[in-house]
Amino acid sequence: MACLILLSVGILFNLFGCIGLIRLPDVYNRLQAATKCVTLGTCSILIGVLVHFGFNDAGVKAMVAIPILFFASTVAAHALIRGAYGFGIRLGDRSVKDDYKDAVK
Amino acid sequence: MRYLTLFILSLIMWLLLTFKLTIPNLIVGTVVAAITALIFARYFIRNVHKFLEPKRYFWLFVYFFVFLWACLKANIDVAYRVLHPAMPIRPGIVKVRTTLRSDFARTLLANSITMTPGTISVDIIGDDLYIHWIYVHSEDPEVYSSLILGQFEKYIKRIVE
Amino acid sequence: MISYLDIMLYVQIALSGICMYRIIRGPTIPDRMVGIDIFGILVVGICAIIAIETEKSYILDIGIAWIILSFIGTLTLAKYLSGKKINE
Repeated sequence: MACLILLSVGILFNLFGCIGLIRLPDVYNRLQAATKCVTLGTCSILIGVLVHFGFNDAGVKAMVAIPILFFASTVAAHALIRGAYGFGIRLGDRSVKDDYKDAVK
Repeated sequence: MRYLTLFILSLIMWLLLTFKLTIPNLIVGTVVAAITALIFARYFIRNVHKFLEPKRYFWLFVYFFVFLWACLKANIDVAYRVLHPAMPIRPGIVKVRTTLRSDFARTLLANSITMTPGTISVDIIGDDLYIHWIYVHSEDPEVYSSLILGQFEKYIKRIVE
Repeated sequence: MISYLDIMLYVQIALSGICMYRIIRGPTIPDRMVGIDIFGILVVGICAIIAIETEKSYILDIGIAWIILSFIGTLTLAKYLSGKKINE
């Protein structure tokens, strides 16, 4: 039962992340919403797997996957946002402040 | 010393992934961990004696719960901004100065900032972290530095440095 | 008889379809790359749900390998991006 609740919470967060991926206006905000929500949602699904299987080979594999997923997704987001800035995508119309512009040039 | 630490960590990782304590499995794991340590130990962190100090593990444990709470708040915050019909966003890139010195501590700080409410780290140049913020609450550097870095810097200093 | 787990699996596959929309329609190249990155993480969730349904543990190995491969792929794409400009 706890397993099903964790899975549902994870899928709900994944849903929020995907709505953010569709609705938000520019690439920086999309990356922001999607990375956070989808990473925590998938971590929640993996904890659900751990609860379902208990402490045996499958459960331990799910537990090992959580830190790998966390570091991989955050570093990938960092690389993508820096690459997008270097590619020449400017911040959207609604943005108010850009300190990075002076630092790069 | 670095070689030995990386060897032990790789062996633990192998045993967790295969989850079998038989003799052939142990032999294969030892060989694979030795090869990994030989190739990658020169990229590993320098001060490996810090692995032996128990109070760092205690602060890591405390930091885990602080981080989990911030992470949950971040997700509720994103859900609110995404589902609100008018989308209350006010994005911008701000500059924050950090006092952490070592590379590993800075990596951990940047990763933590990426998972906390409304912020994602863009770049580190010198001592300055550049952070994309989805809702710029204030234009004052003092205020937003304390809002973004929060307690993280204090805990990471106790864990790593 | 469709179980609750099946419904979750279908929802997760539908979410990957939403990512696919962003990959196909994304106005710029970085938008597509964000879609690819998120798609890779969602596939790990699909692997985890299938592992619960079939009670087999090797599917989680596929998930772990998928995380690492998608991470390396995203890093390569980001490296490719930062060497280019928008008008090339």
